[in-house]
Amino acid sequence: MKTNSNSYTIAYSAILVVIVAFLLAFVFQALKPAQDANVALDKKKQILSALNIRDLDDEASAAKYKEVVKADVVFTSSDQTLPKDLNRYTGENDGFKLNSSDYKAGKYVLYVCEVNGQRKYVIPVYGMGLWGPIWGYIALDADCSKVYGAYFNHESETAGLGAEIKDNRQWQEKFQGKKVVDAQNNIILGVEKDVKNPQSEVDAVTGATLTSKGVDAMLKDCIGKYKSFIEKNEEVK
Amino acid sequence: MALFSKQNREALLTPLNQNNPIAVQVLGICSSLAVTSQLKPAIVMGLAVTIITAFSNVIISAIRKTIPMRIRIIVQLVVVAALVTIVSQILKAYSYDVSVQLSVYVGLIITNCILMGRLEAFAMQNSPWPSFLDGIGNGLGYAFILVLVGAVREFLGRGSLLGFQIIPQGAYDAGYFNNGMMTMPAMALILLGCVIWVHRAYFYKEEK
Repeated sequence: MKTNSNSYTIAYSAILVVIVAFLLAFVFQALKPAQDANVALDKKKQILSALNIRDLDDEASAAKYKEVVKADVVFTSSDQTLPKDLNRYTGENDGFKLNSSDYKAGKYVLYVCEVNGQRKYVIPVYGMGLWGPIWGYIALDADCSKVYGAYFNHESETAGLGAEIKDNRQWQEKFQGKKVVDAQNNIILGVEKDVKNPQSEVDAVTGATLTSKGVDAMLKDCIGKYKSFIEKNEEVK
Repeated sequence: MALFSKQNREALLTPLNQNNPIAVQVLGICSSLAVTSQLKPAIVMGLAVTIITAFSNVIISAIRKTIPMRIRIIVQLVVVAALVTIVSQILKAYSYDVSVQLSVYVGLIITNCILMGRLEAFAMQNSPWPSFLDGIGNGLGYAFILVLVGAVREFLGRGSLLGFQIIPQGAYDAGYFNNGMMTMPAMALILLGCVIWVHRAYFYKEEK
């Protein structure tokens, strides 16, 4: 066979590509359910981490999530009232499936949780670090005045520096008890190199100024989206 | 031809030692720095590269007489890329936390010089069975160095192996510190240098 002719080369590459494409499509379809389950479980673990429930194995975290998270409610920028009947939103509904692009489109999810009989709210936050996206979950007390817990994650921050926002648990714990809003309901929770208001600000990660700034902007921006919910909630108390 | 003739045994065994892909051929350095901060990803990466090298060697060797010479590198790349994608999908489905840890480096196996090097140098000239052994040998040679470096880095950097704490809490109370430097890629390069040094000192004695 003349393997060097033009027509042979073209036919060979065409057939090869078609075979590979079918193979990959098949593998992708076959494995998708298992992959989606893993991604969902990982998200649940991150939300639990924000509620200071960490280090559970796969099954335990799925069970704990069911027990703790009472509802995932979807807000828009104008409508931020918590529905009376939360049971309709129990567990994993539309809210859980939202991601950062839905967030940009103006759909904000609020996780209504109950830890040891106390109401907590978890807000997802999305932002930009130094090298790529960063995200996290912030748990607020029932009156939305103080942080109950925080969890951050990143895609490609520098190990040992920016990556500390995920790896350094002590740093995440520093957020606990920080004030979220001031008297005028401006978001004052933040990350600063030079902390002037220790009630509401957390010391930046050493050597990761830009990632820390990203976290700061992410907190101000994303929690700000829930402003009218936070205002209403404060009136209730 | 016997399954384990002298030549075949050589194809399998020399890359483990005298012709180690990292220590002697100095291939695949980038990924070996990136994934060795802990033992578990190092083992998974080593296995993934072994499997992919072995099977891409077999596939290329089986179709080597049909491949048009002018596009042989492209054909090799397509085969490797397909295998890598499949392995990365399987990891995502059945070992999610490892796939998160390895992140982009699974995809970057495509660019690992060991694979293309073995395909060009061995699989294009040899029949499938020796090519398979050659792939396994080179993959394991790579994995061996990865595991060695990964074990040292995790032990000194975190005081654990495979996630189990080895250094007792008492040592920390008595003032012992984990060496944070060990978790950085720079230390992996230095350790790798030490491995190559020891390896050469041992195997190149006679030549002096």
